[in-house]
Amino acid sequence: MDLNYSQEELAFRDQVRDWLKSNLPADLRDKIANYEELTREDLLRWHRILAKQGWVAPSWPKEWGGTGWSVVQRYIFEEECGYAGTPPLIPFGLSMCGPVLLRFGTEEQKKKFLPRIYNGEDFWCQGYSEPGSGSDLASLRTKAVRNGDHYVVNGQKTWTTLGHYADWIFCLVRTDPGASKRQEGISFLLIDMKTPGITVRPLVLMDGGHEVNEVFFDDVAVPAANLVHKEGEGWTVAKYLLGHERMNTGRIGGSKRELAKLKEFAAQQPGGGGRSLMEDARFRDKLSRLEVELMALEVTNLRFLDRMRRTGQPPGADVSMLKIKGTEIQQGLTELMMQAVGPLSQPFKAVNGDAGFDEFTAAIAPRYCNFRKTTIYAGSNEIQRNIIAKMTLGL
Amino acid sequence: MNFDYNEEQQLLADSVRRFLQKDYEFEARKKLVASVDGFGDKVWGAFAEMGLTGIPFSPDYGGFGGGAVDLMSVMEAFGEALVVEPYLPTLLGAQCVARAGSDAQKKSALPQVVEGKLKMAFAFSEKGARYGLAPLAVKAKKAGSGWTLEGEKVVVLGAPSAGKLVVSAQAPAGPSLFLVDAKAVKMKSYRTLDEMRAADVALAGTPGELLGAEGKALAVIEAVVDFANALVCAEAVGAMKFACDTTLEYLKTRKQFGVPIGTFQALQHRMVDMFVAYEQAKSMACLACSKVDGAADAKERARSVSAAKIKIADNARLISQEAIQLHGGMGMTEELKVSHAFRRLTMIAQQFGDADHHLERFASA
Repeated sequence: MDLNYSQEELAFRDQVRDWLKSNLPADLRDKIANYEELTREDLLRWHRILAKQGWVAPSWPKEWGGTGWSVVQRYIFEEECGYAGTPPLIPFGLSMCGPVLLRFGTEEQKKKFLPRIYNGEDFWCQGYSEPGSGSDLASLRTKAVRNGDHYVVNGQKTWTTLGHYADWIFCLVRTDPGASKRQEGISFLLIDMKTPGITVRPLVLMDGGHEVNEVFFDDVAVPAANLVHKEGEGWTVAKYLLGHERMNTGRIGGSKRELAKLKEFAAQQPGGGGRSLMEDARFRDKLSRLEVELMALEVTNLRFLDRMRRTGQPPGADVSMLKIKGTEIQQGLTELMMQAVGPLSQPFKAVNGDAGFDEFTAAIAPRYCNFRKTTIYAGSNEIQRNIIAKMTLGL
Repeated sequence: MNFDYNEEQQLLADSVRRFLQKDYEFEARKKLVASVDGFGDKVWGAFAEMGLTGIPFSPDYGGFGGGAVDLMSVMEAFGEALVVEPYLPTLLGAQCVARAGSDAQKKSALPQVVEGKLKMAFAFSEKGARYGLAPLAVKAKKAGSGWTLEGEKVVVLGAPSAGKLVVSAQAPAGPSLFLVDAKAVKMKSYRTLDEMRAADVALAGTPGELLGAEGKALAVIEAVVDFANALVCAEAVGAMKFACDTTLEYLKTRKQFGVPIGTFQALQHRMVDMFVAYEQAKSMACLACSKVDGAADAKERARSVSAAKIKIADNARLISQEAIQLHGGMGMTEELKVSHAFRRLTMIAQQFGDADHHLERFASA
């Protein structure tokens, strides 16, 4: 047993770390550090820097721009990005639509879409959830009716993250409402967001931010050439997509950065009795327990990577625990950060011009609000428990 | 990076498991617990034969030169079977000799331990010291060319079966360790909640042989207790595995309202949380054992071991409590092994520092 990275892996980590140090633009780094909202251009700028370096889609096959890295290298890369505080790579193209096209797409589809995804020319979003179909995705009702060389799509998607930035959306639609099982009769369509009949409406969250949207489809004509895999086989595609890239859902690098920041911040806050908040036993114990959780998660993640490498098998259902624990830790960090800010967490938005409050501390409570999403999205933590109960424990 | 046991470790773990399945199932264990000594000579002989008593000692004294990682799979297997033999106490006493003793002292004790002829115990705790490791009221003073000890040690695990004790005491120059003949002390022996044997040990002018330098023992005591914590973490992982496996089995077989109770989502999610807690505990036991063997310094070792103990103590409580709750009334009875696992896990969370003690140590390391 050896918990340390190999010499080669350490060298790789240092290479990534050095590269990030000199290639992460300072203005983007500061925006992340200060919890500022990132624009479409911010996100694409970082995407293109990585694309130029050849690191934007590590898991893709080499011929399409993949790096040929091992699972451990991929993990190291993502954790280093998290630790350095880079903008996130938006997963809808790179980690979702891309891998789906690589697995199920036609040659034309691959040639048309993959290079544009790789180079950050198209911004993608995901059309899965509907108002009546959240955790129970297979109940979706948005329908697509074949009409000559087109499908005509009608219905509504919701929780469409960054749909207001997107050029394209991949959608699960019902093509055969009469199918005997709900999972049958669903198809996977690629839809140009500029097509007439599409309306995007913002859903402003409780932190005041605009991240997610409702997307309405009203007689939207989609070329049949944009069907991925066979008509009625969309559920197979959906399941493949959900099973892809599940090794880095713990977001350990990012949480390490937030933890370090929290410690530094708390050390500067008064904790009563003339001590700093970091010396306050009640606060410090909560922080320590969270740090220990994070240590346990990191070792657990490494154990899963080691198992994958050893067996050559894809990750098992039990890696759902990475998502459960990772998101609980992220939420715990936002909660403690808010606690560290104390009463100054209350100012939110200026009413008339400059209100004079500190922008950084004012961003903390909204962030706490925003992070409640993490245990809900990407398969709620209850769904993750269902997965482990069924697939791993056989219940 | 690699989390596998190597071939030797795996073979050892397999043979220990085979032995325990054959000769240490629940009924056999009950008899041992109820016996006069609370353990089995035959079992101990088998441990020695398998080489278990020699794992963490230098080949110079007949051992295998292994470390905590080599002991991990053994302790996990012991945890699954809820082994009550005084294995850990013997290793701890002998580790003090191995780490602090002179060559002559090692020669006199270690080969006997390795061969299974000598059991030991480590008397470090005192009333009023709680989890503090520095000796308080037990004093050592020079008597001719040797030393005599005065005072009382409490909850000395394995003391009733030990031939030799290692006792910590305040000497004029500070905390020191002494090798003491078990026959020379007065013991009040008892059974612990988790069905092991321990004693309060009274020293009254008892002769002791100084182990290592006078006044310099605290670092050794800390290292040995870190070693102990890493091993009980591994043992806890085994007991947690048993508790999870047996609870899962129960959920699949116990029927109420005409269906197995494992079909209820309220119980499924609790079972999943137990399983996740077990995996997290296992990760931390790996960390503790590998840092006990290979940390850069005492600070790194202390931090990792304390982190592990926090997690193991918290998760031992979660898993043991949930295991009983999901078993319902049957889980409360002595008849089911799960209630014994509950008792062992409860005590592990309290031994060698509880979660609060280690939170303090973790934050200040």
